[in-house]
Amino acid sequence: MVTFIIRRLIATVFLLLVVSAITFAIFFLVPRLAGVNTYDLASEYVGRNPTPASIHAVEIKLGFNSPLYLQYGRYVKAIVVGAHYNDGPNTTYCPPPCFGYSFRTQQPVWPQLISDAPVTLSIAGGACVLWLVGGVAIGVLSALRSGSLFDRASMGVALAGVSLPIFFTGLISLELFSYKWAIFPNVQYVAITANPLLWARNMVLPWLTTAFLYAALYARLTRSGMLETMGEDYIRTARAKGLPERTVIVKHGLRSALTPILTIFGMDLGLLLGGAILTEVTFSMHGLGAFTIEAIQNQDLPEIMGVVLLASFFIVVANLVVDILYAVVDPRVRY
Amino acid sequence: MAGTLLEVRDLRIHFPTDDGLVKAVDGLSFRLDRGRTLGIVGESGSGKSVTSLGIMGLHHGQSTRVSGKILLDGEDLIAAGPGRVRELRGSKMAMIFQDPLSALHPYYTIGQQITEAYLVHNQVSKKAALEHAIEMLNRVGIPQAASRVNDYPHQFSGGMRQRVMIAMALSCDPELLIADEPTTALDVTVQAQILDLISDLQQEYGSAVIIITHDLGVVAELSDDILVMYAGRCAEYGTAEEIFGRPGHPYTWGLLGSMPRLDAQRSERLLPIKGTPPSLINVPPGCPFHPRCGYEELTDGKAATEVPALREVEPGHLVACHLTAQRQRELWARQVALKTSPAETLPAGTPPAETAPVDTLTGEET
Repeated sequence: MVTFIIRRLIATVFLLLVVSAITFAIFFLVPRLAGVNTYDLASEYVGRNPTPASIHAVEIKLGFNSPLYLQYGRYVKAIVVGAHYNDGPNTTYCPPPCFGYSFRTQQPVWPQLISDAPVTLSIAGGACVLWLVGGVAIGVLSALRSGSLFDRASMGVALAGVSLPIFFTGLISLELFSYKWAIFPNVQYVAITANPLLWARNMVLPWLTTAFLYAALYARLTRSGMLETMGEDYIRTARAKGLPERTVIVKHGLRSALTPILTIFGMDLGLLLGGAILTEVTFSMHGLGAFTIEAIQNQDLPEIMGVVLLASFFIVVANLVVDILYAVVDPRVRY
Repeated sequence: MAGTLLEVRDLRIHFPTDDGLVKAVDGLSFRLDRGRTLGIVGESGSGKSVTSLGIMGLHHGQSTRVSGKILLDGEDLIAAGPGRVRELRGSKMAMIFQDPLSALHPYYTIGQQITEAYLVHNQVSKKAALEHAIEMLNRVGIPQAASRVNDYPHQFSGGMRQRVMIAMALSCDPELLIADEPTTALDVTVQAQILDLISDLQQEYGSAVIIITHDLGVVAELSDDILVMYAGRCAEYGTAEEIFGRPGHPYTWGLLGSMPRLDAQRSERLLPIKGTPPSLINVPPGCPFHPRCGYEELTDGKAATEVPALREVEPGHLVACHLTAQRQRELWARQVALKTSPAETLPAGTPPAETAPVDTLTGEET
């Protein structure tokens, strides 16, 4: 087990290196091949009305003159140990993990990512609990009462949930619950450290709308998984032993049906942690998703690089956790 | 120990489907005494598995229509509520299934699975239940039971898994054990071991056993009595000696004729029963076997119109056939004679028309 985890951790680091190399190549190698020179690149870092001299200074400061593989090496090194930037008289130190400086704000990227992460974390964390519990519960009940009115109604709602985009359900819920009836007025992000109660109250609508989409998916998945599992021979054996129906369903049925859902849950959560773009934009909360959009709109390469790497980190780690859990849940999985 | 343990009276299990009403079991009656073994034989789709699931109360869904009586030790299981039947399941009646790999839960150790059955029906500590599980595993012949109890089903071989199933089924000392095709999924060499084990444990526990199979070799080895099922009904019932020695029903002849035997001559051909088992939605009118029966014309047309009643051809030996007992004996005697002297041509009979010329051919070869 321990060797399995260590092996997976090494693989994870390797995977992140590959992701960073590819992203780096896309942003720095491809433009160069297309004819963008380092002078143009450096001009992105300089404010309005730059002088050729100041652009050249930036070019040297950020090391754009060195070969690309050196730049990539420096980029990775900066993430691990930080970096010193030297522009003649002064040296600026960027502490690890250093993802470089934003084109626009001239600020290091990492602190901005860190300040936006809690918003996304709040949305994804609360929503994932809601959708997992809600989706699985509805799916199980639907499967057990397959063909009943409850089953048809909940699967109908689930279909709507899968089909309706968050910006639609989000705006409707904002209109109804925030403006019209003022149950959750003035929805905006409040740090949990500042006011936990207000944080929770303001997060309810984002949670519900995000969870609605995923819960619908999970309800359908759980339902089909349960229907399949409850037809298995070992369920018949469990009944033949005289176990109460509840034990048969939960201990024998649900346990098996949940395993594939675990895999998808890891993926979904990892993906969402990298930025709940639609939810953040709909509810005007500035998280990693909003950060990503702005970075793309401004063509702010260091910011894009940073958020891509952070998002892939979340996905890779979520999958690592799922793989480990999988091995714990299913004894047939050998390391 | 003597006395009736299980009595099934006019059992009917029907389930509605989109295509029509499936009459999986249609008026089945039999009795099983304590300490005895009943073999239920028949082709696939003859209703034997549904019968066993019906006794256990494991038939599917609320839409299934069950009528008749299943008296276990005098208690009617059909009239009893599902809660009561659940109490009896596993404690008073237990079941082992065809494929022990899919019948065991892949995520739990066999110890967990055996103790689970024991703990539901007995007020004991987990530790005591585990000790009991180890004892049961020892008894069914699993080596190093004390350590293997923590293994998962996939770590066992097929035969060992079936032993685990048997240990689990017997852990609450049930009075009735139903084995549904217990050896079908196993190696031939392992099959005999499992059958021996079932028979040994039956001696030890004194439980009544119903063994369901399409393999006449299995019933020959284990059963005291045999029930031949066809289209959800009883075609013939008698002791093993009667069924193998003096079978009365043409369907039983067909089953016996299609069974490979080691003591047969190489030149002897297996005689399959022609046709396929009937659809349980549209059971043929009259005798359900008549479209496949070679002796139908000897019944004065009754075969296609009248459902044959179970008649006693000798004490305790019941046959549901329009042929008179005398006729049955004559025809069977001729078949036996034919087997021993294959030169004679077969009568229009169970050996189906298309195989008859082949048989003359084999006759020429010898």
